[in-house]
Amino acid sequence: MSVQKLNSRVVLQNGTLLDPLSGETFSGDILIENGKIAQIGKILFDGEIEKIDCSGKVITHGFCDLHVHFREPGREDKETLETGTLAALAGGFTRVCVMPNTNPPLDSPEAINFITKKSENLAVYIHPIGAITKNQGGDDITEMGLMKKEGAVAFSDDGLPVQDGSMMRIALEYSNLVELPIINHAEDECLRSNGLMNDGVVSSQLGLDGNLDLAESVMIHRDLELASYTNARLHIPHVSSSKSLDHIRKVKLVNHKVTAEVTPHHLYFNEEALRDFNTNLKVAPPIRTESDRLNLIKAVKDGTIDCIATDHAPHTIEDKETTFDLASFGMIGLESCFGAVSKVLIRDNGMSLLDVVRLLTVRPRAIMGFEKDLFKIGAEVELAVIDPNFEYVFKKENIKSRSVNSPYIGEKMIGKINYTISKNKIYKEVGVINK
Amino acid sequence: MRNLNKKLNMLKNKHLLGLKEYPAKDLKTIIDTAYNFKTVLDRPIKKVPSLQGVTIVNLFFENSTRTKISFELAQKRLSADTVNFSASSSSLKKGESFKDTAQNIESMKIDAVVMRHPTPGAANHLTNFIDSVVINAGDGTHEHPTQAILDMMSLHEKFGKLKGLKVAIVGDILHSRVALSNIYGLTTMGAEVMLCGPSNLIPVHLKELGVKVSYKINEALDWADAVNVLRIQRERMGKSLVPSIREYREMFGITSKKLSLHKKEIVVMHPGPMNRGVEIDGDVADGDQAIILDQVLNGVASRMSILFLLCGGKNSDGER
Ligand SMILES: [Zn+2]
Repeated sequence: MSVQKLNSRVVLQNGTLLDPLSGETFSGDILIENGKIAQIGKILFDGEIEKIDCSGKVITHGFCDLHVHFREPGREDKETLETGTLAALAGGFTRVCVMPNTNPPLDSPEAINFITKKSENLAVYIHPIGAITKNQGGDDITEMGLMKKEGAVAFSDDGLPVQDGSMMRIALEYSNLVELPIINHAEDECLRSNGLMNDGVVSSQLGLDGNLDLAESVMIHRDLELASYTNARLHIPHVSSSKSLDHIRKVKLVNHKVTAEVTPHHLYFNEEALRDFNTNLKVAPPIRTESDRLNLIKAVKDGTIDCIATDHAPHTIEDKETTFDLASFGMIGLESCFGAVSKVLIRDNGMSLLDVVRLLTVRPRAIMGFEKDLFKIGAEVELAVIDPNFEYVFKKENIKSRSVNSPYIGEKMIGKINYTISKNKIYKEVGVINK
Repeated sequence: MRNLNKKLNMLKNKHLLGLKEYPAKDLKTIIDTAYNFKTVLDRPIKKVPSLQGVTIVNLFFENSTRTKISFELAQKRLSADTVNFSASSSSLKKGESFKDTAQNIESMKIDAVVMRHPTPGAANHLTNFIDSVVINAGDGTHEHPTQAILDMMSLHEKFGKLKGLKVAIVGDILHSRVALSNIYGLTTMGAEVMLCGPSNLIPVHLKELGVKVSYKINEALDWADAVNVLRIQRERMGKSLVPSIREYREMFGITSKKLSLHKKEIVVMHPGPMNRGVEIDGDVADGDQAIILDQVLNGVASRMSILFLLCGGKNSDGER
């Protein structure tokens, strides 16, 4: 793998161009000049130019992930903005939003500025999400206005759900002033209790404390009611259960400002996978039943779920290689995202490549208000070149993150990223082919 | 004990982590072998050289006087070398990780680890780091396979069979590793199991394991051939899941009065330690129907059997 500066004139040749915005698919070339889209279609070149053969590959928008944890500042041993950038590029992502549960948390304009400045020269666009409450303490709202000025694109106390309903009401009401979404990690702490995995058949047999799906759905229900009442923008992260989907589906009929995401791991795994106490599958909210998984897929298809977000959550080996109760919650997910979702959604559930790409490009960009027309002449280049049918076994070598807490290691994947082009840089997958 | 040597390598699994999906054939082998070892315990010299040269570490991250003594005795009767390691004396308190502790101990050249740990899955987890044989002596609310095996041996001794036997397990099923292991073991051996206790202490999903559930003690006693009475572990209950001792005793305590309502003579078991006057009355525990002390002795015999079948044969001629 390598990240290089893009030559001043580059042509991506003979690829299949997939435009998730217009829905069109056509074969042709893309000419990139000085990091911008210069021409699209059949191109006749002259002069000095770098040619990249894309035959048999699909050229589409760079992916956008609105939910990652890059751990900077504070836990640079798990991930940094720089190593997170590599993980993103390896997954075809050109734009990510980082969650504020760092140390210290991103709860001030200064902290937001730190991320904005520090990521300026990195090869993907990194947008900070600000905390909803100061120190993520759940008591006082942050300076959302000043934080927006410094680059905050949304607000969330991710990892620490806003428990107090009146606090959530205030946050939603205030967010109308800055016109940015509120993202609340929905888990009722009292109901969740000491839950370590989904409360159900498997937890009863393993003797592990269960976390009820109701712990999620009751809070999502509350948040939906509050969002409609305040007319604010609510985005629901990592939906994991059928019960939550029922609430979202119902409210979406009348409230068109509500959006929701699902992670690849909630689409890929079910609770049976935890039978051997694999701590890499200990996530919040937990991996649930097969029926929940199938309903999440259905919700992706019918639009109840708007987009896919990885919740990329790096942890050190020490934080994961311990007993189940002490292991940290979360898994990394950027590198494995496309291979996992295309396997589940395209191969197993008959979705089209176009629809899956939309879940990773125009849909998240629409939620966050980012530019969606990436094939426009003059647009700053943000492209992914993918081989959607390539089958391989996901290995440790495919991980570019500083952490390796992935339950996908050893899993068969379908669909691979060959090139990611972003911010005038190109990432080339030159790593091992694990056929 | 010459004939025992034939039984080496007869168990399918290297470790004993739990009884879920544990082969019936192997459970039978363990119980049969335990009967042989029980005869050793009746001799004037209660020691055999079966595990001479084998080093076993008893790794106890949680207090458990009786399980520990039972294992230690079993090891001594088999002439194994043993080392005890308990959390209170360990470096764990100094922040050393579980993995480092395990690997440190193993690098001192040991053959087997008997572990008690408060976390479900801890024994499974241990097998990721070490090559030695791992025997689960209780992992949180997950499993306690050796307890279930000694319970099954005691039932087998009493009834001459396990198949078709009706066993009621009474008490706090939710927080019990004994219950889970007994459910797995007994159903594998063809016995029927009924769970009885307060409705909030019986996980609804356990029905999927093919067990009956009743919230009425009389129903359970009416049905059962044997009743396994669990200790009400107050220390496990952060939220006072049982309102009071007297209410529990009234509803689920095994008293001679409750037993007398049923014609059939029910066998009474308890894994200990008992709260007399709470889940079981003193006169019942000391009475003819109870086989509680047989369980204790069978505990040593069955642990000898397990240790022998998993660790034996190493010293003699390198067969294993
Ligand atoms: Zn979250």
